Amino acid sequence: MTVAPPTGLRRLLGAMGSGVAGLPLDEHLERFGDPPAGTMSAEELARLLDDSGLRGRGGAGFPTSVKFRSVGSSRGRRVVVANGAEGEPASHKDQLLLSAAPHLVLDGVALVADALSARKTIICVKHSDPATQEAVIQALAEREQAGIDSMKIGLAGVSSGYVGGEESALVNELNGGPPGKPKFVPPRPFERGVGGHPTLIQNVETFAHLGLIGRFGWEWYREQGTPEDPGTHLVTLSGAIGAPGVYEMEGGGSLQALVDAAGGTAGSVQAYLIGGYGGSWFNAGVASRLNLGHGDMRAVGGALGPGIVVALPAGACGIAETARVLRYMAGESSGQCGPCLYGLAAVAYELEELAAGVARPGSVERLERWSADITGRGACSHPDGAVRMVRSCLRAFAEDLMQHEAGRPCQTMPGIRDILPLPDNLAMVG
Amino acid sequence: MTPKHLRVNPIICEAHGLCAELFPERIQLDDWGYPIIDETPIHVDLIDHAERAVEACPTLALLLEARARAGVEGT
Repeated sequence: MTVAPPTGLRRLLGAMGSGVAGLPLDEHLERFGDPPAGTMSAEELARLLDDSGLRGRGGAGFPTSVKFRSVGSSRGRRVVVANGAEGEPASHKDQLLLSAAPHLVLDGVALVADALSARKTIICVKHSDPATQEAVIQALAEREQAGIDSMKIGLAGVSSGYVGGEESALVNELNGGPPGKPKFVPPRPFERGVGGHPTLIQNVETFAHLGLIGRFGWEWYREQGTPEDPGTHLVTLSGAIGAPGVYEMEGGGSLQALVDAAGGTAGSVQAYLIGGYGGSWFNAGVASRLNLGHGDMRAVGGALGPGIVVALPAGACGIAETARVLRYMAGESSGQCGPCLYGLAAVAYELEELAAGVARPGSVERLERWSADITGRGACSHPDGAVRMVRSCLRAFAEDLMQHEAGRPCQTMPGIRDILPLPDNLAMVG
Repeated sequence: MTPKHLRVNPIICEAHGLCAELFPERIQLDDWGYPIIDETPIHVDLIDHAERAVEACPTLALLLEARARAGVEGT
């Protein structure tokens, strides 16, 4: 059955069912046509990935074709893992995709697993999220009954911590190790991963795009976005936004257009946090001219990460918000590496003192020095991301910083505190 | 000969600090006692110092490596 490819920006969002239930398999196939698995060899898929320019959607934006070729050129048994662990508290796109459009994700997973002749194929969902697990279980049962996949796709409930979805931590957990404990690399998962086999790990959104690219081709994929950032991206917007939620935007599109699509700002916005809690703050002036492509963001010292934008309303305190998040990030350290375990706790404490107007002399210099010292010193990039946010905070809120250093605490009203979302069960600090 | 560089496995390092004592030219300690390592290639004149620091590490966390870092990263 052939159907016309989706037009416009709603590619992944257009694959969703209405309400909370996922789109059933028969409706999914009616909308998109037969699944692409089994239609191409590993080399054909590698070339399709090259031509499409697809980048991973887990945060790093690494070219999918390079990772695919690394695993494809290895000998022996291969493993394919779809990563839906989504540890960023301000991101909901993976959860939305898995619960509302599970079949599009699974189409991509089956396509890759088939091309690689994978011996094992696993989809990872947070075990703290039974509703999403249920949606995936139901989708897998539908596919098994219809007999459309040539391999068995297994479901694994995994850690819901911030670090849980980091590739080496995920592999460690799938191999029976403790959750949320990254490993010292190399070897990287594509060399030696699940069960010691070469393992291709991709974010679930990446697989969803593959579910469409496998059907409609790379030329269709590139009809949206820019040459460097082709296709569309899911982005989770929160904070002072008219209609917060998950949106789909064209690659390389502007922040302004994205915010406009989400109903504009709710009141006046002083700054945006882009890229999540390993991302960067930008004041409203800089943000108004910002494009969210990889090159654009790199040029201003930022990254879109897994597609996260939080708008900080005027009157809120960026330093107090950053302090809250750093306390959370320090607590989410796996505790394995000293510079992360002790360094992030020290940084969080310093920021809390600043926000309270009781910082000791030299506070900002200490934060600058510690941020530089901590970067690159963990087995994973958790500490690097956390201090990237701190350094951007020192730049974006320089004026508030002077007030706080001079001993003046925040004057924010209770209603405009705690803007950056943290997991519900976390005690609020500061 | 492939130039060698120092690298620490931060998971097994326990901040004994002997490495910084023995090879201050390339290793300094941060405010928490953990080594900050200059990972640029080590000149042949200093290789003896590097090897002594590696041998002195009580947890065997310090590595003298000839191999380049893997080229693929990210999620």
